[in-house]
Amino acid sequence: MKVKSIVVAAAVAAAFASPAAFAQAKEQFFPSLVYRTGPYAPNGIPFANGFADYLKLINARDGGINGVKITFEECETGYATDKGVECYERLKGKGPTGATVFQPLSTGITFALTDKSFNDHIPIITAGYGRADSVDGTVFAWNFPLGGTYWDAADMLVQFVGKKEGGLDKLKGKKIALVYHDSPYGKEPIALLEERRKMHGYQLMLLPVTHPGVEQKATWLQIRQQRPDYVFLWGWGVMNSTALKEAVATGYPREKMYGVWWSGAEPDVAPVGEGAKGYNALVFLAPAGQGQVHKDIIKYVYDKGQGTGKKEDIGDVLYNRGLVSVMMAVEGVRRAHIKYGKRPLKGEEVRWGLENLAIDEAAIKRLGFAGFMTPVSTSCVNHEGDAQARIHTWDGKKWVVQPGVYHADTSILKPMIRASAEKYAAEKKITKRDCAKEAG
Amino acid sequence: MRKNWPVLALGAALLVGLALPLATGASSLGFYIEVLLGGLMTGVLYSLVALGFALIFKASGVFNFAQGAMVLFAALAVARLAEAVPLWLAIVLATAIMVALAWVIERVVLRPLVNQEGVTLLMATLGVTYFLDGFGQTVWGSDIYKIDLGIAKEPVMILEKLFEGGILVNKEDFLVAMVAAGLVAGLTLFFQKTATGRALRAVADDHQAAQSVGIPLNHIWVIIWSVAGFVALVAGVIWGSQLGVQFSLAQVALKALPVVILGGFTSIAGAIVGGLIIGVGEKMAEVFLGPVLVKAFDLAGGGIENWFAYVLALLFLLVRPEGLFGEKHIDRV
Repeated sequence: MKVKSIVVAAAVAAAFASPAAFAQAKEQFFPSLVYRTGPYAPNGIPFANGFADYLKLINARDGGINGVKITFEECETGYATDKGVECYERLKGKGPTGATVFQPLSTGITFALTDKSFNDHIPIITAGYGRADSVDGTVFAWNFPLGGTYWDAADMLVQFVGKKEGGLDKLKGKKIALVYHDSPYGKEPIALLEERRKMHGYQLMLLPVTHPGVEQKATWLQIRQQRPDYVFLWGWGVMNSTALKEAVATGYPREKMYGVWWSGAEPDVAPVGEGAKGYNALVFLAPAGQGQVHKDIIKYVYDKGQGTGKKEDIGDVLYNRGLVSVMMAVEGVRRAHIKYGKRPLKGEEVRWGLENLAIDEAAIKRLGFAGFMTPVSTSCVNHEGDAQARIHTWDGKKWVVQPGVYHADTSILKPMIRASAEKYAAEKKITKRDCAKEAG
Repeated sequence: MRKNWPVLALGAALLVGLALPLATGASSLGFYIEVLLGGLMTGVLYSLVALGFALIFKASGVFNFAQGAMVLFAALAVARLAEAVPLWLAIVLATAIMVALAWVIERVVLRPLVNQEGVTLLMATLGVTYFLDGFGQTVWGSDIYKIDLGIAKEPVMILEKLFEGGILVNKEDFLVAMVAAGLVAGLTLFFQKTATGRALRAVADDHQAAQSVGIPLNHIWVIIWSVAGFVALVAGVIWGSQLGVQFSLAQVALKALPVVILGGFTSIAGAIVGGLIIGVGEKMAEVFLGPVLVKAFDLAGGGIENWFAYVLALLFLLVRPEGLFGEKHIDRV
């Protein structure tokens, strides 16, 4: 009986033991929060595919990061905050050193995980989304909105339409409508647009669209009635294509519509076809297209039968954004190896790498991303790097990048970020980091 | 008359609310008509889905929560099949798939649960909902797919001399409303004039009595689920052509819930009138009431059309629990 009990106990222990415990210890675990089902799947899938393909490439081509193999696991969030938190809790302790970094691809999930990061010490990369005030690394010690925030995006759009009108002062009396996803994501740009409204005197129409965004008839009837000079579209998933379809149905010119960078990918315009012609959106970090990194992915991953998605989708806007987002996480680990050695790293060690990123033009070329991203360098104080974006326009078949690069006006953004971060620190009783002291 | 005063009072209050934007000058007549038309067009689609709910409830007493999932499943089938074959053939094949699905549901879900409590059957259809949502995406994919009916999407302006800027009418909306109305009329005739329709009505009135005169219950259930599947297919094709075929269709289709609450679970007329009331009510509320509420109470904002439909249904539920056209349930004790 005793022997039987021991055998059963051993069998149970073997069944429940983490596979990682038996695998080689020199592994770096990357959790991947994805949404491959549900209303936002058309946009979540290409991002997740790019994310997974790049990690596979690093293992297949380079043998891991400086010899440390990458393991990763996907967890389906369905873009729901509760499921996102569930995935986080399930994956944060996996791998020999726990999760490297989380990239939730959801502002709602980011808001929920931000509070947890202070206890768990795992960085959260939110490239182009998340909290705009988390640029401030002295308060948001674990958030990295690399490459841009919604305040940057809104600022760039105002600058763009200002330029179109012949100067920001010409915006006085103009009407700008914000058609936004009624969620933390959609509400983020309002603060910046209000700030700019006070400066330039334009009228701001706020038109919320409830999740998932397929009912917009009333919204677009209001647009038809009010006839705004510009419509800024802050949608995600099916909301974007629905907005464009309603714009066609109400006769609002697509040329006057400008989307944030999450409203400017192939799934947003393809279902509308010719109707979306002339629609514009911001594009940051990675536009559509292929370069050296894509060739490598085809050679080392797809030609070996290891590809995550369809070969013909490689190079789409959101695929490329998934690639760039995870590449910056990998580079954060690589950077941290300089300080901590070439071994699996804990989240707090990876944070050092992420706040000492130095992805310059030479590094971009070496990594195979030439033409697909702009330099990103961070610090303990600035967790964002340099935000810049361009405008691309849908010509009915493909996105065409327009000349001109836009930078957010830091003289407007910095005080807003500081005020908001300090308010957050006071509410949550967070002691601000002394970056000078930490560097010393 | 005295018994009906709460319904009449609610109706009067809604009519006053409906007239307020014009009476207070908050809207021009042209814009008001546009919103009204938009609501009616949307309402017709709600009616179509609600019809599926009402048909199944009427014939089997099952509240089929899976109707929305059936809309998505049918639309996905048409959209994906249309990539390989002409659209008409895709619709024919998808109809066959929906009939097969009805047969499977009857065999696997309904037959073993016959004579069980209503709540058990409701839970079973909840299970079917999640199965169809997931299975549909597994088989057909989760992207946004197109159904192109070949109807121009651009708006047409009418009565430009009467109203400044004219009245915007969408050709597609108009044609869709016509198709939906035709389907409703066809179904009504089918129920009233054919032998199968009469058998269906007999089953709806009393299962046991219908069985005792030789009407095969299981056969009738397959027919009714097939008809509901076909209605789902029409709604899916129409909605899919307007919004794109995607997971969210199932959620939009659930807007038919307040419609059947308002119209009555067992009434086809209720599904039609309820759909129109909900369609107009939610659009009017979103455009005219929402901004007023935000301003008056200094609210954070947010779209109200999603929940307003349920508020409307709840109000009707309070004053007339069986719905506008539902059969009054009387228990003899």
